[in-house]
Amino acid sequence: MALRALVGVKRVIDYAVKVRVKPDKTGVVTDGVKHSMNPFCEIAVEEAVRLKEKKIVSEIIAVSCGPQQCQETIRTALAMGADRGIHVEVAAKDAESLGPFQVSKIMAALAKKENVNLVLMGKQAIDDDCNQTGQMTAALLDWPQGTFASEVKVEGEKLTVVREVDGGLETISVKLPAVVTADLRLNEPRYATLPNIMKAKKKKIETVKPSDLGVDITSRIRVLSVEDPPQRLAGVKVETVQDLVSKLKESGRI
Amino acid sequence: MTMANPLRGEVVRLYKNLLFLGREYPKGESYFRERLKRAFLKNKDVRDPEKIKELIGRGEFVIKELEALYFLRKYRAMKQRYYEDKESP
Repeated sequence: MALRALVGVKRVIDYAVKVRVKPDKTGVVTDGVKHSMNPFCEIAVEEAVRLKEKKIVSEIIAVSCGPQQCQETIRTALAMGADRGIHVEVAAKDAESLGPFQVSKIMAALAKKENVNLVLMGKQAIDDDCNQTGQMTAALLDWPQGTFASEVKVEGEKLTVVREVDGGLETISVKLPAVVTADLRLNEPRYATLPNIMKAKKKKIETVKPSDLGVDITSRIRVLSVEDPPQRLAGVKVETVQDLVSKLKESGRI
Repeated sequence: MTMANPLRGEVVRLYKNLLFLGREYPKGESYFRERLKRAFLKNKDVRDPEKIKELIGRGEFVIKELEALYFLRKYRAMKQRYYEDKESP
């Protein structure tokens, strides 16, 4: 049985960029900042492409929710080997408050609409670090989930997933359809090369609105404040061992 | 005016692909572009098709190396940020 896979890809601030907090503490500066695909989503796309190369998956649909620029992220997924894209258009203003709950409702609706039997996603995004979308999508669909996957094997109607858990690995077997979220060691994603990006321009990206899918994207969370982590204080140099001991005693360390 | 070299298209494609990869170069795009241009100009007078093919092969090797470098750089950054190194003392 050939599977149909839906892969979620998120456009985030590039991992190499130094993130800056807005002075009014409402969020981080995104204007004029380099964005790229969330690294964990790249791993999810790569896994889908590898399953397709093994003829286990017949079609890969890449989905991204957010403003117009998300199409670039979808394009990257298409260059890596996804077959077509779906851009769920959310205005930049609304995309800021788009959280895992809203996205998982969109993913669940699309999984049903596109009649897929495998949903692949990154385990978390490097911007909000929520680590919830996969789990919630599985819950909304009432499908089993294999989270933090470091190995995925398809055996007939079942999926064997090796999961990264604290201090080791856990192997589980889940029935298809299922939701799988990718951990770092699952695979080494290929690079979206220029020729492949050019070829991907011929692939179709469909644009839908959350309301077309019957999803309400109003957020139930209010961000109170976004702040920088505390700065490390400068150290002091001591001349002698006695100085060191007295300083340590002073600060109550010994 | 001599006829255009049949390998010209391949060389241009190689240059474009390298230029595209250079956008992500850790030392900056302009650093990369300068060096890339210099490397290509250095061999502009090569006419021997075998030699040109050899040089194209070298360029393709550099592409593979750059892709590996970018992958490792990202992998290391992710590992550092999200996974505590339990082996280190």
